[in-house]
Amino acid sequence: MAIRESLSGNEAIALAMKQINPDVLPAFPITPSTEIPQYFSQYVADGLVDTEFVTVESEHSAMSACIGSQAAGARTFTATSSCGLALMFEMLYVAASSRLPITIACVNRALTGPININADHSDTMGARDSGWIQLYSENNQEAYDNFIQAVRIGEHKDVMLPVMVCQDGFITSHAVENLELLEDEVVKKFTGEYEPEDFLLNVQRPIAVGPYDTANFYMEHKRQQAEAMSNAKKVILEVAEAYKKLTGRNYGFFEEYRMEDAEAALVIINSTAGTAKEAIDKMRMEGKKVGLIKIRVFRPFPFDEIKSALQNVTAIAVMDRCEGFSAAGGPLFVEVRSAMYDSLKRPSMVNYIYGLGGRDVRVEDIETVYNDLFKIIESEAVGQIYRYLSVRE
Amino acid sequence: MAKTVEIRWHGRGGQGAKTASLLLAEVAFNAGNFVQGFPEYGPERMGAPITAYNRISNEKIRVHSNIYEPDYVVVVDETLLGSVDVTAGLKSSGAIIVNTEKLPAEIQGHLSGYMGKICTIDARKVSLETLGKYFPNTPMLGAVVKVSGVMEEEKFLNDMKKSFAHKFATKPEVIEGNIKAIEMSMKEVNGI
Amino acid sequence: MRNKQGKLITSEISWKDITPGGMVFESGSARYFKTGDWRTMKPVFKADQCKQCLLCVPTCPDSSIPVTAGKREDFNFEHCKGCGICAKACPFDAIDFIKDQK
Repeated sequence: MAIRESLSGNEAIALAMKQINPDVLPAFPITPSTEIPQYFSQYVADGLVDTEFVTVESEHSAMSACIGSQAAGARTFTATSSCGLALMFEMLYVAASSRLPITIACVNRALTGPININADHSDTMGARDSGWIQLYSENNQEAYDNFIQAVRIGEHKDVMLPVMVCQDGFITSHAVENLELLEDEVVKKFTGEYEPEDFLLNVQRPIAVGPYDTANFYMEHKRQQAEAMSNAKKVILEVAEAYKKLTGRNYGFFEEYRMEDAEAALVIINSTAGTAKEAIDKMRMEGKKVGLIKIRVFRPFPFDEIKSALQNVTAIAVMDRCEGFSAAGGPLFVEVRSAMYDSLKRPSMVNYIYGLGGRDVRVEDIETVYNDLFKIIESEAVGQIYRYLSVRE
Repeated sequence: MAKTVEIRWHGRGGQGAKTASLLLAEVAFNAGNFVQGFPEYGPERMGAPITAYNRISNEKIRVHSNIYEPDYVVVVDETLLGSVDVTAGLKSSGAIIVNTEKLPAEIQGHLSGYMGKICTIDARKVSLETLGKYFPNTPMLGAVVKVSGVMEEEKFLNDMKKSFAHKFATKPEVIEGNIKAIEMSMKEVNGI
Repeated sequence: MRNKQGKLITSEISWKDITPGGMVFESGSARYFKTGDWRTMKPVFKADQCKQCLLCVPTCPDSSIPVTAGKREDFNFEHCKGCGICAKACPFDAIDFIKDQK
């Protein structure tokens, strides 16, 4: 039976970690993810987990320790945000290319400058090409559910890739909300033990990891790594199916909200999806055919599935909570637009950069985006493609 | 149809407005509601004005924005009245609850022409009499439950007893004082 | 070097057969890589001058000075790159360093 609880997003993640009971957790504090290792260290101190908690001197060291311990054969978690993830950058690639299924809770926060501690996606979007699987969460429930599923996805023998589970800093990480938890033993049974085929502490079959690779072999290794990312798509859906059997909660690559007959649609990531759903219900009452695609899995990118889901829409606004500084739109826009290139009807598409550095997004703001889409539909002219939402002119 | 009550808290860093909003979320949750309790974060320090929010609903809450048109506003420190527009967007069908020794009529002039209900509670007096120290958040929590009627009073008091017993497990001597603070402020709040 | 299934890893190997992340499944495989081919100079061991102080042994970057029962033996040239460090380290002029003739 589900346990009804009210927790912040950070508490929900820390609790999921406790229920899974990892072998090692190296961590370095950074706002707004600090509470996760803080709560977890209390579990360690209280003897509620068997985890080796490693206090390190930086995030670069945190990820390095994760790599060492996961390679040794230990299930390893950490948490970070913003500049912390940026400092891990070099090691993120080492983790992914060494095929080590580390799980990281990433609490999305803007990258400096100017200095800002609030939510946007510039941190994890910057790491989108590092070879990590990326799962995004609308609310505390999804952060909890995604973290539990992440472990099984990453550790699957056809995948063996690290996973980052993302949620919006403060907006969900520090907001108390209702959620349903699983019992400890149910989570433990679902995630099982980490049983890699090969690991450094296996004396039966000694191995070495992280070798130098010449041009003669490097590309074959990258091709193999890319195959693992493709394999992740099948595994993500299998794990979601198994999780649905436990909880009744449905997860896929993305959520389609009121898309069945939508003329105008948004594509969005994380907490603002909830605000958008509220706007959609309001506008549907006024007879406007509006819908939403909420991306859960950004890596691997659900290229064909996005095309199928959006091909009958007339106008689309892709919402990027980070800049790409390409002077032509944000990262989500570029990928969604690319996915739509082969669709027969090619919907009109615009990009909105929104919510940077924690800029609040209200139901009314989302309504203005839909109204802009209806203007495009009526006038049959897209106008400016690359736009900003709620910026002072 | 969703019935959602939205509450905005104004306080100063260190006075416990955020804690009070999280406590209110907890008790409203225990009473069977869907809740949100969240602070608005910036570079806060002790004494700087801060804002926190609550949504309490009979249906799942999906909105993740701040609250611009609250049903209730709670002002934990009356010195904020001169510097923060505490009644901004406040619904006239709602109420503002201010921690002050003054009566509602005496502070009306500081509320930028707000025409709705004004309630006051001397949380300093309540806190000093029941806890021996100035912790305004517990009395303010009692006052906001009384004024907003977001939950049944008796159930609220029982939940708070349980909640405090858990929260203060290592210092049980403060449980009784906190409960008295809530009871007293529910009795003494002016302007209902 | 081989992959886990025993297939030899050569520059012909497909991405499907290469080891994940370049994982190495065999210990001590460096011995198959004969760096002795690189040598243009070579050390010459003069056993009659040697006092068996063993100061040369740890200076060799390629473990090319075998030691048996506490005594060094003649060089193993399979991996000696001819760096000459041992000749510099010897206090007794027991190692000559000369042009290699292959």
